[in-house]
Amino acid sequence: MNDVKIVAAFAENKPGQVAHFTKILAGANVNIRWLAVASTGPFGVMKFLVSDPEMAYQALKHDGFVAKLVDALAIEVPDKPGGLHAVADCLAKHNINLDNASGFIANNRAIMILEVPDVARASDVLQKQGFRVLSQKELPVFKQD
Amino acid sequence: MFWDKKIETFDRAALEQLQLQRLRKIVRRVAAHVPFYREKFAELGVRPKDIHTLDDLRRLPFTTSADLRANYPTGLLAVSYDDTLRLHTSSGTTGKPKALFFSRQDVENAAELCARSFVMTGVTKKDVFQNMMTYGMFTGALVTHYGAEKVGCLVIPAGPGNSERQLMLMQDFRTTFIHLTPSYALYLATFLEKHGVVPRRDLALRKAFVGAEPYTDETRRKIEESLGLDVYNSYGLSEMNGPGVAFECEHKHGMHVWEDHFLIEIINPATGEPVKNGEPGELVLTTLTREAMPLLRYRTRDITSIITKPCSCGRTHHRLNRITGRSDDMLIVRGVNIYPQQIERVLMAQSGVGRNYQISLEGLDEMTVKVELAEAGFEGQVEQLMKLQSQLAEKLRAEILVKPQVQLLPPGSLPVSDGKAKRVIDNRKL
Repeated sequence: MNDVKIVAAFAENKPGQVAHFTKILAGANVNIRWLAVASTGPFGVMKFLVSDPEMAYQALKHDGFVAKLVDALAIEVPDKPGGLHAVADCLAKHNINLDNASGFIANNRAIMILEVPDVARASDVLQKQGFRVLSQKELPVFKQD
Repeated sequence: MFWDKKIETFDRAALEQLQLQRLRKIVRRVAAHVPFYREKFAELGVRPKDIHTLDDLRRLPFTTSADLRANYPTGLLAVSYDDTLRLHTSSGTTGKPKALFFSRQDVENAAELCARSFVMTGVTKKDVFQNMMTYGMFTGALVTHYGAEKVGCLVIPAGPGNSERQLMLMQDFRTTFIHLTPSYALYLATFLEKHGVVPRRDLALRKAFVGAEPYTDETRRKIEESLGLDVYNSYGLSEMNGPGVAFECEHKHGMHVWEDHFLIEIINPATGEPVKNGEPGELVLTTLTREAMPLLRYRTRDITSIITKPCSCGRTHHRLNRITGRSDDMLIVRGVNIYPQQIERVLMAQSGVGRNYQISLEGLDEMTVKVELAEAGFEGQVEQLMKLQSQLAEKLRAEILVKPQVQLLPPGSLPVSDGKAKRVIDNRKL
């Protein structure tokens, strides 16, 4: 199974929170390549895809924040119409629910970040269908720096 | 182990005889020297010579904290100002504090009672005592300081806070017992964990005397587990010398009140009448040996009950159950009486949340319980946190019969106070 680690951190929903985290990560020499914020009422969860998840996790924890490493899938999809649909369709056929999904383009490659309840099973299913499921090291976004 | 085995295991009849003697003496003294009591006695038509039995105590007037404030600063002194040795004050949330004077004998007695209390749990002169209570006007630190010195312990007057320094002192001087508030104990446990210190492995700590704020048995267990020591509940109030009124023995089941120095009553706070033996009510204390400032039937506002059964430690002095609340702390929300300790109990039993909490009341009876999220309670998803909040709100509703909002906060967001933690913020506009 190939998966990637997302660093999730708990934060109050108020101005300055993202800056607070990014400062800690900068101080730990961790490069952030993707960020998602989900908030509800007074609090939220920030998620980071970073060059060194373990280091980022330890740095946040050291500064007293509640953080967790969350397993997720990074899928490379063809950057063309219907590319994403093929992935979604495959998951639907196997009755796999998507908890969170987002995507970005890096170095002309389209990457989907998927959070699903059973990462191992989803990874298998997608790989059997011929999708490229990337490991942490294979993430193209970190190779060019 | 005993500090003064004779008096600690005194036959009940003899103890009561001693109490009566001392009560009669103190009533004579206040009638002679304290105008406040002289006037009260006149109002009630009671004279010192009317006190024949301990039951006659009920003919005497109550003393309240309002009386202490009204007689600030020296109105309740029973000795000349020159014969006072030490002044403590009890924090006042509004207006003047309460001024509490000690004579030389009072300082000596307070230390004696603390010495008894420490030795009762197995403390010896070989122990090293790091006192994390607030020094200064507050009685908590100084009175136990003198008590531990009396036992012969090495005493480190660290005071509260500055956890880096506390850790250094505990490591360098091999501290074996500490005295602190429950909120600071929980904070210290978190601090040590964060710094990779495993108390059982890295420190010499064996006991903690925890008091000055009411706390629950769940909190005791959390402190014991996280600091790797035995926690002994302690009770005292500045009006009664501070710490050393009642402490737990090695059995940790109720706190022995030093009855040769204090007379205990448990009353219904609304009527002033005694409750049935063993039932909860407000603790009322009479000082039997205080020289500088004797107090008769002082209304502590603390809710507890008495255990009159003999204790297997051999001490004959009756015990108090854990203080379950202060009649002052009680909140009334949507017509329901709520003690902060009920909320604490629920939070302590819930995994995934921290140990500190705050109750905030806003608008028209809107109650929010703020609690810090712990790492164990975080799975990285917003939905899961919302579920945790609603679970907690439901558990709180089952306990206090009012459904509060629950608000999760990052660790360290809530204030940890050095003395008494401020748990309730009441901004209601009623």
